Amino acid sequence: MKIKFEKKSTKPSKMSIFISSLISVLIALIFLGFIILSLGDDPFEAYWQLVSWAMGTVPGLIQSLVSMMPLLFTSLGVLIAFKMKLWNIGAEGQFQMGAFAATWGALYLFPNIHNPWVMIPLLMILGAAFGAFWGFLPGIMRAYLGVNEILSTLMLNYVAIYWVNYLTYGPWKGAGSYNFPITAKFPQSAILPQYGSGGLNFGIIISIIMAFFVLYLVKYTKFGFHLEIAGDNLRAGEYAGINVKKLIILAMVIGGAISGIGGMAEMSGVLFRLQPNFSPGYGYTAVIIAWLARLDPIATIVVSFFFGALLVGSQQLQLFMQIPSSLINAFNGILLFSLLASEVFMRYRIRVVRS
Amino acid sequence: MNDIVISTFSGAIRAGTPLLFATLGEILAERSGVLNLGLEGMMLMGAFTGFSISYITGNLWLAVLAAVLIGGLMASLHAFMSITLRINQVVSGLALVFLGQGLSGFWGNAYVGMQANSFQNLKIPLLGDIPYIGPVIFDRDVLVYIGYISVPVIWWFLYKTTAGMNLRAVGEAPDAADARGINVILTRYVYTIIGGFFSGLAGAYISLAYTPMWVQNMTAGRGWIAVALVIFAIWDPVIALIGAYAFGGISVLQFSFQILQVPIPVNIMNMFPYIFTVFVMLFASSNRIKKLFGAPTALGIPYSREEKT
Repeated sequence: MKIKFEKKSTKPSKMSIFISSLISVLIALIFLGFIILSLGDDPFEAYWQLVSWAMGTVPGLIQSLVSMMPLLFTSLGVLIAFKMKLWNIGAEGQFQMGAFAATWGALYLFPNIHNPWVMIPLLMILGAAFGAFWGFLPGIMRAYLGVNEILSTLMLNYVAIYWVNYLTYGPWKGAGSYNFPITAKFPQSAILPQYGSGGLNFGIIISIIMAFFVLYLVKYTKFGFHLEIAGDNLRAGEYAGINVKKLIILAMVIGGAISGIGGMAEMSGVLFRLQPNFSPGYGYTAVIIAWLARLDPIATIVVSFFFGALLVGSQQLQLFMQIPSSLINAFNGILLFSLLASEVFMRYRIRVVRS
Repeated sequence: MNDIVISTFSGAIRAGTPLLFATLGEILAERSGVLNLGLEGMMLMGAFTGFSISYITGNLWLAVLAAVLIGGLMASLHAFMSITLRINQVVSGLALVFLGQGLSGFWGNAYVGMQANSFQNLKIPLLGDIPYIGPVIFDRDVLVYIGYISVPVIWWFLYKTTAGMNLRAVGEAPDAADARGINVILTRYVYTIIGGFFSGLAGAYISLAYTPMWVQNMTAGRGWIAVALVIFAIWDPVIALIGAYAFGGISVLQFSFQILQVPIPVNIMNMFPYIFTVFVMLFASSNRIKKLFGAPTALGIPYSREEKT
C-alpha cells in the first residue's frame, strides 16, 4: 500500500477555497471542543459563551470591532511580505514600536500641540516611521546578507517588548500610577474621535481604509505586480528585471509602517496610555488571519473581525467559565494545521495504490 | 569576586543547557532535511508536561520521560505535515508554536504557583573539588551532565557511524540516498521525532531544574534562539555546545551585573540575548560562510520519488 499524490491540473476555484476554509474552521472548532472537554467543562456551553455575547449583542459587536482593529492593521502588515513569500513574523514588534512612538509623541515630543488636527497626523507619521524602521532592519539584513527574516523579526519582537517594559517600568512611569508600570494618559488632542462609550473610535475606520489601500497597492500598482512575480519565483523576478533586494526592503518597510500605525491607533483610539503586555499577541494572530484570508486584503477585514470576536469571546470564557484565554492560541495552531492540510487536498488528488 | 565569577559561569551552563538540548535535536532534524521551527512550542509542552507529571507523581524521571515523549509526539505531527503531506515547513512549524503555547497555557493554568519535585545538584566526587572548574562544571544537576555526554555521542554518531552517514546523505542528496537503498521518508520521520524528544527534554530542564515552576510561556523565546544557534553552529554539535553556553552566559549576565551594580536597567539587559542572536545571524548567515560550510542542501525541501524539482 502506498499513498500517491497527483497534482490536479486546474487551480482550485474561489468557491472551493472558501468551502475548504470553512471546513478548516469547523475542524478547529471541533478540536477546541475536545480540549475544553479535557478540563471537564461543557464544550457546548463554551461555544455559546464564545459567540453569544461577542457576535449576538450590540455592545459585544462593538467590542469585537474594537478588537478587530489591531488585528486588521497587523494582518495587512504581514500580508504584503507574505505575497512575496517573505516570512515577516515581526508585526508584533512593529505594532509595539508604533505604540511606543505614539506615546513618545503624545506625552513627550509635542506637549505644546493642542490641536488634534495637527497632533493626530504627527503621531500617525511617528508610529508609521518606527514600525517601518522595525521592518527595515530585518528587511535590509535579509536583502543584503541573507539573514533569515523569521528569526530576525522574532528577535526584534522581543526587543520591542522589553523596550516598552523598560519605558513603562522606568522613565515613563506615570506620576499618579503608584507602583503600576503605566504611563500618564494621553492629552485630549492625541485621542482619536470616539463614538459612544463602548470604545468605538475613528481608528477602526482608518483600519478599513487601510485594507482598501493595501488592495490598491497589491492589485493595481507596479509594486504589487512585482510582489506577485517575486512570490511565484524569486529567480524569475530577477530575470524579469525586478530589483529583488529593493523589493524585499520595501515590502518589509511598508508592512512595518502599517503595523506601526496599528500600534498608534491602539494607543490613541483605545488605550490612551502605554503599559506592558498591552497586546495579547495581535501580531502573531495576524499571521493566521493573513493565511486564512488567502492574502486578500478585503477578506482580511472579515477574518480579522471573526478573530476579534473570538478574542472577545475568549474573555467571556475566562470571565464566566474560568477557562484560560490562552485556549485561543491552541485554536489558532489547530486552525493553521487544518488550513495547511486542506491546501493539500485542494491541490492534489490523493490515491491509495497497492504495490 | 570569586563568587561572582563562579556564579556567572555556572549560570551560563545552567541557562545554556536547555538551549543545548533544543539545538542538538534541531541539528539532527535539519541534517535529515526537515526544518522544524516549532521548537518553542515543543519546549513549552515539554516544560508543562514535565512539571505537571512531577507535581502529580513526584517522580522526576517519569516527568522527564513524559516531557520527552510529548516533544516527540508534537514533532511527529510536524513530520506528518511536512514529510507526508509535503506542506510548507515554515508555516507548519509556526502552527506547532501556536499549538504548544496554547495547550500548555491552557492546561498549565492550574499549575501556576504550585511547587513540584525538581532536580538538585549532584557533585561528582574528586572532579567536583577542582578549584573553579569543579563548582562550575562538576557540581550541577544530572540533566546538565546528560547535556555534556550528548555532544560527543551525537558528534560520533553523525560522523563515525553508518547510520549517521545515512542521515547526512538524506539531508544532502536525498535522490542519491534513495538510490543507495536508504529509506528517505523513514529517516526523516525518525530524526524529526528525535529532534522533538530533545526539545521536550529542553523544556523539562527549564521547569524541573532551571526555574522549578510552571509559568505560561516560560521558555521566553529560547526555542527561537535555538533555531538561530543551529545556524550559528553550522549544524555541528560541538560548536552548538559552545554557542549554547555562550548564549546562556549572556542571559545570566544581568544577575552578575546587578551584584556588581552596573547601572543598566534589567529590561535593557533582558534584550541582550535577542540582540546578540541578531548579530550572530548577521555573521552566520552571510552567503560566503554558507557556501563554505553549508546548510544541508535539501533542507526544507519535501522529497518524493515521482516529483523532481
